[in-house]
Amino acid sequence: MFEAVAFYLFAFLTITMFYITVTTSQALYALSALAAGMIFISAFFFILGADFLGAVQIIVYTGAVMALYAFGMMFFDTTREVKENHGNKYIVVALGTLAAVLVVVIFAAPMVSTNMQAFYPMTEGAGNTEMVGMVLFTKYLVPFEVAAFMLLVAMIAGIVLAGKKMDLSLTIMNAEEIQASEDEKNKKVLS
Amino acid sequence: MMEIGLNHYLVLSTILFCIGLIGVMRRKNLLLLFFATEILLNAVNVGFAAISHYYGDLTGQMFAFFVIAIAASELAVGLGLLILWHKRHGTIDLDTMTSMRG
Repeated sequence: MFEAVAFYLFAFLTITMFYITVTTSQALYALSALAAGMIFISAFFFILGADFLGAVQIIVYTGAVMALYAFGMMFFDTTREVKENHGNKYIVVALGTLAAVLVVVIFAAPMVSTNMQAFYPMTEGAGNTEMVGMVLFTKYLVPFEVAAFMLLVAMIAGIVLAGKKMDLSLTIMNAEEIQASEDEKNKKVLS
Repeated sequence: MMEIGLNHYLVLSTILFCIGLIGVMRRKNLLLLFFATEILLNAVNVGFAAISHYYGDLTGQMFAFFVIAIAASELAVGLGLLILWHKRHGTIDLDTMTSMRG
């Protein structure tokens, strides 16, 4: 009973928030609505018994991702309304619905047709976080390390692309400018 | 109606995915287009967690974790590129990015 009430309440809230995110013309409204939607999504994870995933959702998405977006928005002029010219609205809606139905059919077809068996069944008498730890650090150790390396690469890329001294960034200079700046540096060292 | 099953969650995931797809197609501002991609990733995560719960299998939750990691790294690189583009051209509108048009 309570599960049903919670499900419908949070489903309504999530859909409303994401709809605002997609349709509003104010970037700040979109950001706030997206953050609220992320929080409401984590409620589904708690209902489903995936406590650790819910906590990670709140920490990573509403903590890190939203803060990064807020920092990014400081670079862009977001106070005025976002001007966008739109094409045919009905075509977009029809295409979106069609694509989503297609994706669901693709994923649901093998699931309905065969009896699915649990690959890594839940252990009796262990909490969700313990089970996640056991599976993550035994069966999924290599993907875990690859994900860690990928995050490191992304961090370095973010620093290089958006770091300080953007006017001297090697990624946007051509060869002559790089040579000129290096000559200047050498001149300073020599003199 | 009162008993929440797997289908309820899959339908919800579909609706959220739909909203995200519509957002990706109708947005022209790149920052707001990034928001729509986050909605897509979250919709998929809901589906993964629901299947993980109803089949008693932890694989779905593992995939959800990796999806979150990929979303974080995509955001870091994407925002860096976006800031770079804004510094060079002063706009982040999709229609202005036609330098690769044949």
